[in-house]
Amino acid sequence: MKKTMIMLVLALVSWGANAQHDHSNMGHSTEGHSKMANKSMEQSNVEVERSKSASAIIDNYLALKDALVADNSKKAASSGQMLFDAFEEFDISAQPKSQQKELGEIIEVAREHAEHITENNGNIEHQREHFELLGTDVKDLVIITGSDRNLYQIFCPMYNNNEGGSWLSASSEIKNPLFGSKMLKCGSVQQNITVK
Amino acid sequence: MKWLRWIGIGVLAVLVGLQFIPARTNQSTIVLPTDFVKAYNVPEDVKSILAVSCYNCHSNNTNYPWYSRVQPVGWYLENHINKGKEDLNFSEFGDYSVRKQQSKLKSMISQVEDGEMPLPFYTFIHREARLSENSKKRLVDYLKTLNE
Repeated sequence: MKKTMIMLVLALVSWGANAQHDHSNMGHSTEGHSKMANKSMEQSNVEVERSKSASAIIDNYLALKDALVADNSKKAASSGQMLFDAFEEFDISAQPKSQQKELGEIIEVAREHAEHITENNGNIEHQREHFELLGTDVKDLVIITGSDRNLYQIFCPMYNNNEGGSWLSASSEIKNPLFGSKMLKCGSVQQNITVK
Repeated sequence: MKWLRWIGIGVLAVLVGLQFIPARTNQSTIVLPTDFVKAYNVPEDVKSILAVSCYNCHSNNTNYPWYSRVQPVGWYLENHINKGKEDLNFSEFGDYSVRKQQSKLKSMISQVEDGEMPLPFYTFIHREARLSENSKKRLVDYLKTLNE
């Protein structure tokens, strides 16, 4: 809380300092605002093949998300471990040759995030940072491998000092894992990932 | 009490013996083409911030302090450096996939913004590695230009 306050004060001070030097600042700030609004309002659709090949990854990713929704750092750490194992066990060679390099890169990065989430049992904010980064990788993976269920990419514009952050859910009902109980309802569906 | 003296001598002998096992292995005079500063053509001021505050644990070249010659302190440092490089190695940054580079950039930005890096424990010993508000902002702003 104290940290947030300090960041807030710093942000205000630096904004103030900028405003003094740069009279066109108003233009910038409205531009930034409308960009953010657009980002949260756009809703797009992507269709994926029906496949069970990434089921273990999706299951454990969603379990991790639920642990963070419930502010449960310990459970997030153990889900992180299960997710790590699911990435380890994922069979890249069963995927189309043309996609294997991309999948290898996705899994290398995603596995590291899962590992950090496990190592940071007790530091839920750091777990959330890695979870947020992980969402992009899991989404990109599912678009290649296909999914066994419909997924929603949900965006909350307030995360990370209003830079925004997103996650995947199997339901369009908003339960925010990036803030947990502090702001459970922040977010709106940004993309529907639908099984063909 | 004679046995106590022998234990004392034994411990001393082991400690002296330890000093002959080398640590300080993370040294290299070559700046690889894959180095972050080359891959991105990093401006001089940011380069020097990185060198002083990051590269000791996150690159292939550590500027070792004198006490790294004293064991087992040196081993502790070596272990720490290996862990640091595993998470992020600026010397090999250019070899990372684009996805990994972008992911690392995001992590760097949030770690530096939150004051998690450089490690408070490290800056307690290495005062020079502390980031002033100005250099912190300069570094973060620069990293943000690379992060799409």
